[in-house]
Amino acid sequence: MNFKQYILVCGGTGCESSKSDEIYRNLLSAAESKDVKSDVQILKTGCFGLCEKGPIVKVLPDESFYVHVKPEDATEIIEEHVIKGREVKRLLYDTSDSKANKAMENLDFYQKQFRIVLRNCGVINPEDIDEYIARDGYAALSKVLSEMTPDDVIAELKISGLRGRGGAGFPTWLKWNLTKEVESDQKYVVCNADEGDPGAYMDRSTLEGDPHSLIEAMAIAAYTIGADYGYIYIRAEYPLAINRLKIAMEQARGYGLLGKDILGSGFNFDLEIRLGAGAFVCGEETALIASLEGERGMPRPRPPFPSVKGVFGKPTVINNVETWANVPVILHKGGKWFASIGTEDSKGTKVFALTGKINNSGLVEVPMGTTLREIVYDIGGGIKDGKKFKAVQTGGPSGGVITADYIDTPIDYASLQKLGSIMGSGGMIIMDEDDCMVDVAKFYLDFTVDESCGKCAPCRVGGKTMLHLLEGITKGKGTMDDIEKMKKIALGMSKASLCGLGQTAPNPVLSTLRYFEDEYLAHIQEKRCPAGKCKDLTVYEIISDKCIGCGLCARRCPVSCISGEKRQPHVIDQEKCIKCGECYSVCKFEAVSKK
Amino acid sequence: MSSTLYTPTEHQDLLMNIIESLKEQKGALIPILQSAQDSLGYLSEETLKTISRELSIPYSEVTGVVSFYSYFTTVPRGEFVVRVCLGTACYVRGGKEVLEELKKLLDIQVGDTTPDRLFSLEVGRCFGACGLAPVVLVNDDIHQRVKPTELAAILAQYRVQHSEKEAAEGASA
Repeated sequence: MNFKQYILVCGGTGCESSKSDEIYRNLLSAAESKDVKSDVQILKTGCFGLCEKGPIVKVLPDESFYVHVKPEDATEIIEEHVIKGREVKRLLYDTSDSKANKAMENLDFYQKQFRIVLRNCGVINPEDIDEYIARDGYAALSKVLSEMTPDDVIAELKISGLRGRGGAGFPTWLKWNLTKEVESDQKYVVCNADEGDPGAYMDRSTLEGDPHSLIEAMAIAAYTIGADYGYIYIRAEYPLAINRLKIAMEQARGYGLLGKDILGSGFNFDLEIRLGAGAFVCGEETALIASLEGERGMPRPRPPFPSVKGVFGKPTVINNVETWANVPVILHKGGKWFASIGTEDSKGTKVFALTGKINNSGLVEVPMGTTLREIVYDIGGGIKDGKKFKAVQTGGPSGGVITADYIDTPIDYASLQKLGSIMGSGGMIIMDEDDCMVDVAKFYLDFTVDESCGKCAPCRVGGKTMLHLLEGITKGKGTMDDIEKMKKIALGMSKASLCGLGQTAPNPVLSTLRYFEDEYLAHIQEKRCPAGKCKDLTVYEIISDKCIGCGLCARRCPVSCISGEKRQPHVIDQEKCIKCGECYSVCKFEAVSKK
Repeated sequence: MSSTLYTPTEHQDLLMNIIESLKEQKGALIPILQSAQDSLGYLSEETLKTISRELSIPYSEVTGVVSFYSYFTTVPRGEFVVRVCLGTACYVRGGKEVLEELKKLLDIQVGDTTPDRLFSLEVGRCFGACGLAPVVLVNDDIHQRVKPTELAAILAQYRVQHSEKEAAEGASA
């Protein structure tokens, strides 16, 4: 059936939590009651990426991009837009009249993006396999099974230059080839969807918005290496993604794209979902394998590498979601096409989760080599509340910070490493002048200490000791010796830890020490936190010129340490103050200063 | 998560069904533990011993797995599990202040349950909703861009939900 208009409602986790499902149902019932059901098709899609402005509704063919839509707006969209053909102006992202400006592709947020991994997110209904097929879905699998040998597939991947998107950046063709070359009665393919880096959620959105691309890619890998079974290891915290994967697998089986004799080629392949149980370290491939086998998710020494000895002791290819999502496109359009995007050592695109103190938080996919400035200012719309950009943290608990001085660096694997950070899974947390870098380092170390599995001593003991030193510094009890001690422990951890978690855990500390040593010195020598974040070093004082003596702060103070005559400036007794900040937040005259 | 209480026989039947349906797959222990906790609310010593016996896996190994993963709990939890995200994006946008306020409002510490068994308080490391930071999860509901001042109203919602459910159950009984 051909419809005159299409309404796409974002069904990603972010928008769903802002009632996008209710919007969807209201649109359906409004279309029914106004009798326009045969004119307009209403669809729920995956994430559009611009989570800041959600819930998002897009109307085609007018390309109207509605933001912050509420369930009660549904009737108006149907009555005004669908029936009368008049856009609901107040809901448009860009309210200017010029038609060219408001199409999604022309918004600043999307203009510099290039979507390969997220190609179908926000475009198709992820619960309908036909829509995936209509956008060249399963074309790559069909081509591979009918025209290509496993060696052809490896060769194409080699030309493409695709490297793992989970963090380490290992060449994908090499990984596959290692497993292909091993003789074994059973091999496995595994999707690592245990996305755990705080501040990264591209895998979640890809799974929710385009689950079939993962199934297709895993089938291609299975054919290439000679496997007939695969596992998707996904976090239990992602219920929507799990559900959509289940639907997609069921549909693929129904179409003969999973199961026995796929597309009549004689090739068999099936998949199973396994849920993670809340352990960050299981994102590390050997720990993930231990968890799949039903054990404590503790890493194992490498070698042997999983490509030789993986799940249940069998050769296994493990890739993360974003890596998998690139594969069908590469085989459909060719490795050469893919290699034409990006930089010399980093081909293709990278999805970043832009969060923190940024105006347009959301998911962005850009060609490798895009500069940080373009991402933060052109796409991200700059810093929230007009504050000053201080740093961006990349690579999560294994990465580091990049400062304003390096904002014009083109982003690829090598350039980030040179700056003391890493690409990691693609979290980008923007920090402004209010963020204390010592506190940020402490935050990450606290995270890795908490998530350390405890198997090897450098990580278990080193992390804890380093955290203890950092806590001392944020409490004003640090000494200059502590910095040297931390550097020494960091070296030991990075050289001697068993897995990536421990080896990279000191990175946030080393990186902040490198670029923000002055902040550490202020904490240690002057017992002062320049950003006013570290509670024990913060001093609250009443500015007598501004205080009108209303007494509100004195009444709210939980330890009654503020005194003063009515209508006279008050004073805080620093001896008794517990630095709770209540006076600072209740004062209506900005008469309390925080230093 | 279910808060329904089962009689000991019902409990045992449910557990045996779960074990039977999953034990054939490779590496079955974790899926069985997950499924048991989802239906029974938590993993009691009795439950773990049954699983250990049925799978012929030493009890020490079973508890080793249970204590390793933060998803598993060996004590009953409240009807509503409140999880505050302390991932980086939520942390820099005030997640810690949200947690402090919740501790005050519920008068419990992280990992504890209120005496009326209504709320449990936990922290999470990133739920993948970073664009909406700071985020609080109550069971499967995501509350976004939460301000400490809004928390009392959010909790009240669930108290109402609880009393409505009780009233409905009372009416049908």
